[in-house]
Amino acid sequence: MSDYCGRCGRQTADHAGPELTGCARALSLEPPRYCAACRRRMIVQITPTGWTARCSEHGVLTNLHLQN
Amino acid sequence: MTDMLDTDILSAAREQVLERGIGLTEAQAVECLTLPDDRLDDLLALAHEVRMRWCGPEVEVEGIVSVKTGGCPEDCHFCSQSGLFQSPVRAAWLDIPSLVKAAKETAATGATEFCIVAAVRGPDERLMKQMREGCEAIRAEVDINIAASLGMLTQAQVDELADMGIHRYNHNLETSRSYFPNVVTTHTWEERWSTLSMVRDAGMEVCCGGIVGMGETIEQRAEFAAQLAELEPDEVPLNFLNPRPGTPFGDQPIMAPAEALKTVATFRLALPRTILRYAGGRELTLGDLAGKGVLGGINAVIVGNYLTTLGRPATEDLDMLAELSMPIKALSQTL
Repeated sequence: MSDYCGRCGRQTADHAGPELTGCARALSLEPPRYCAACRRRMIVQITPTGWTARCSEHGVLTNLHLQN
Repeated sequence: MTDMLDTDILSAAREQVLERGIGLTEAQAVECLTLPDDRLDDLLALAHEVRMRWCGPEVEVEGIVSVKTGGCPEDCHFCSQSGLFQSPVRAAWLDIPSLVKAAKETAATGATEFCIVAAVRGPDERLMKQMREGCEAIRAEVDINIAASLGMLTQAQVDELADMGIHRYNHNLETSRSYFPNVVTTHTWEERWSTLSMVRDAGMEVCCGGIVGMGETIEQRAEFAAQLAELEPDEVPLNFLNPRPGTPFGDQPIMAPAEALKTVATFRLALPRTILRYAGGRELTLGDLAGKGVLGGINAVIVGNYLTTLGRPATEDLDMLAELSMPIKALSQTL
């Protein structure tokens, strides 16, 4: 279970119902911008076939897998 | 009944645009944009005929990548890369090996165009150096046309990009001249036009389009189509607003699919010979109806991801084109 929403950065415990559904749907067409573990804004690089999102504390998330 | 057909906009467009290749006027574009939904299929069918007659069946495929993301000093109200808004997008810089990798990914889809984009007012010396070295590195490994989109240019920068062999330069007017001040306040529509004029004079192909659904009126949308027709760009990328969190347009509604498709067809009828490209926001706006646009005037697509948002996988677009019997333009046809 993630602590924070990757799209809006809100705590998932306070983020329910239609808003959470909206963010989940949006994340099918955009990479996460916030680290799900610490809410830091991540540095995101998008290429034609993939993306990476780097948290300075928790490593690099990609469209394929999480790398530390 | 005969009188009605004689004055019907689609009958007039058939004779004027399809038979003679003369694009719609601004007033005619308003008529097409305000056609009732039950005429949409007729409008799309005519736009498709016009595209086939004046452009042919090939579809141009392109991939894009952001070499410099975020931190832009401009205030384009649709853009999550402006440093002036509370957007979650952080600044990032793509190194040359990553640029080459992105070009390879793009070429692997069958694309003939690879556009390198930067979120800047205009390029500084560091960015021009990155472009020089990036173009050389890509050319050493990938057979693809390189395009660029680096904001407003000086004449010296135009000349330098032409010397680098940049095939096509993108600089969108974004919207009509009358609506532009509602979208951008840090520079003018005329400054953008000036860059486009220099690009054309230097021999590069001109790529200029914009975004619809930003709150402009139907009349302003028609005005934009007419102004693009006056510019005579080689390519018009057509984006549909994807409202980004934290931007002034973040709460704008998503355009209705029928309205988006009428816009596609009308832009084709206003610009019968241009490359009309599906760009950002189409997944959100059209979903599974995207194919109707390809049969309604579109003859180019951006495949894969966009600059800050994701597209659908390139294979889905390529499968769609195959199902529609639309051949992908080969590199040899673009040189």
